[in-house]
Amino acid sequence: MKKLIKNREIIEDTWSTVEDIDSPSELPKGNIIVSLAIWQQYAETLKNREDPLGILLASDEEPEVIKNDLDQFAVIAIHFPKFADGRGYTSARELRTYFNYQGEIRAVGDVLRDQLFQMERCGFNSFAVREDRSIEDALNAFNDFSLAYQADTKNPQPLFRR
Amino acid sequence: MYAYTKQDQRIVEERAAQYKDQTHRYLNGDLSDDEFLVLRLQNGLYLQRHAPMLRIAVPPGMLSTKQLRKIAEISRDYDKGYAHISTRQNIQLNWPALEEVPDILQELATVGMHGIQTSGSCIRSTTSDEYAGVAKDEDIDPRPYCEIIRQWSTLHPEFSMLPRKFKISVTGSPKDRAATQTNDIGIQVLSNAEGEIGFQVRAGGGLGRTPILGPVIKDFLPEKHLLTYLDAILRVYNRYGRRDNKYKARIKILVKAMTPATFAEKVEAEWLRNKDSATTLTNEELARIKAFYTPPHYEKLEASQVSFLEQCETNAEFHQWVLTNVSPHKAPGYSIANINLKACATAPGDISAENMELVADLADCYSFGELRTTHRQNLVLADVKQTQLFELWVELYKASLATANLGLITDITCCPGGDFCSLANAKSLPIAEEIQRAYKRIDTANDIGELELNISGCMNACGHHHVGHIGILGVDKKGSEFYQVSLGGCSTDTTSLGKILGPSFTADEVTGVVEKCVNVYLENRQDKERFIDTYRRIGINPFKERAYEKAN
Ligand code: SF4
Repeated sequence: MKKLIKNREIIEDTWSTVEDIDSPSELPKGNIIVSLAIWQQYAETLKNREDPLGILLASDEEPEVIKNDLDQFAVIAIHFPKFADGRGYTSARELRTYFNYQGEIRAVGDVLRDQLFQMERCGFNSFAVREDRSIEDALNAFNDFSLAYQADTKNPQPLFRR
Repeated sequence: MYAYTKQDQRIVEERAAQYKDQTHRYLNGDLSDDEFLVLRLQNGLYLQRHAPMLRIAVPPGMLSTKQLRKIAEISRDYDKGYAHISTRQNIQLNWPALEEVPDILQELATVGMHGIQTSGSCIRSTTSDEYAGVAKDEDIDPRPYCEIIRQWSTLHPEFSMLPRKFKISVTGSPKDRAATQTNDIGIQVLSNAEGEIGFQVRAGGGLGRTPILGPVIKDFLPEKHLLTYLDAILRVYNRYGRRDNKYKARIKILVKAMTPATFAEKVEAEWLRNKDSATTLTNEELARIKAFYTPPHYEKLEASQVSFLEQCETNAEFHQWVLTNVSPHKAPGYSIANINLKACATAPGDISAENMELVADLADCYSFGELRTTHRQNLVLADVKQTQLFELWVELYKASLATANLGLITDITCCPGGDFCSLANAKSLPIAEEIQRAYKRIDTANDIGELELNISGCMNACGHHHVGHIGILGVDKKGSEFYQVSLGGCSTDTTSLGKILGPSFTADEVTGVVEKCVNVYLENRQDKERFIDTYRRIGINPFKERAYEKAN
């Protein structure tokens, strides 16, 4: 099973991702993360499922569109098509600060060690580190800095108010 | 100037350690070229034509003598014994070895310096008026706000992977020496009718391929809301700025596509969500930062010192230097002395390690131990007593640092171009040198008067050619080096972008064309008109006709 960093620990990833189906009957059992398109098309069916549900947002899909459904999702996965595409940082920050989402926010896609520190500050708490990279090594990223100037989702006061 | 707290110091040290580890992993093969590229750029390291180039932040153009001495030392130990002042007031080393950069950054950290966010797609180091705090025409000192922006933008969690680079500039004078209209965000500090401090905010200005003057998106932003408003602009840009085409990725393209009014509305809506959050500046923080910029202890002096006037009368060369290189200071009896790094046959903005040390000594002796770098690639001693200008000049003169050409045609702003930069279309330094030679006689240059001549080696416009009264741009024509000449740009008072004269010229022709344009000006000028004034009055055609007239 794939591994994942969650809350700074390495765990097994129990979720599978479904991005493309022709009918809701194709949805597998267990923990699934569905694309925004699937959610928008089959929201009613998905709401009646027993197993936990997650949603996947592409980098250009704004949290705004799911803001009324947030309690449906145990996980919101935000996709990074390239590690240098920073839109996901804003998505996570919006979910935490403006929509007060408390569940898991997961970084998926081109997720690399050197970005984890900032991602965590924006509200991500789980990281599907790219599979060809050492996930153990990635854990070191959280110790890169011991303080920061700005307010963030972990530390709502900027340095000048602390 | 701002002095680091323990916390500032810790952040810089941790950043240096992080980069050391990243370099190590890159050299081990654990980071790909593309991955390391983004990391090293955000620490100021470019890979150029011959060697890497390390850009060291000088925010906002303020340096202590201790810092300058450290750069001199580093340039000797790790480089070729000189450094270069960039058009964004930073300092560049042209020959460091990639493997040694972590050690250089560690050395720099000991004096509170770094290369953080001096390149890459992130918020770059903020620039300002080189005469901030001392200019006679200044309303409000912009430097505290630059420092507040520096802290906010340093390792900002949300904006480290923007669509493209992002430049902010702040001024507090009506005469804009900080090019606020050609930055991604340009901030003018001002006070309203009630006497409250605030900011006029522009967004979406820029040079490069698509030069645009930034439109005003907020007329008056109260002081304490500075950071929440900047957050809002950056959030809109991070979300909607184009990422599919790097030539269309700057905020100026977004503002233009949305229209400035719609963009301003978007920002306003975003701001309202975050306004009054904890990021709102407190009075204590504003007071804390401003305290670093209280004026030094000026002596009470007469505005015009007799001994100084005598020295001017008896020494023509000194007098000349005073006329061009010394600017009025707000404290009576003090002056702003400009040290021009534009001597003929040295690359504009270059300074040797020996001269850095000399200038540091002079700053300790005559200017409260502080220096400034300018966007025209010169240095400034901002607080010199008029009565000491002569001694200062003698020392500078001995070291060939007393070139009296500030603001004249030979005070050329020029990017490193094809001699160093791998993006260049053409060389820029030899062109600068040839023009400097043509106007070597100081009375000729003086007679021409104020003339900004800017040269860039490619359309990235690091030499700010669009805003030169005369701008020269290196272009590639079927694999050979050509130069496009433009006229009428201006980065101060009335900001304007230059107009292209016509088809481009070969390297051999450029200086001749510049001379022709200058002659047209000399023949047409009225009263005290500067080149730019005459150009604005008579238009481009007379210049065009002369530049392209057939030899007979
Ligand atoms: S303008 Fe072009 S050639 Fe000159 S330094 Fe910038 S990128 Fe290089």
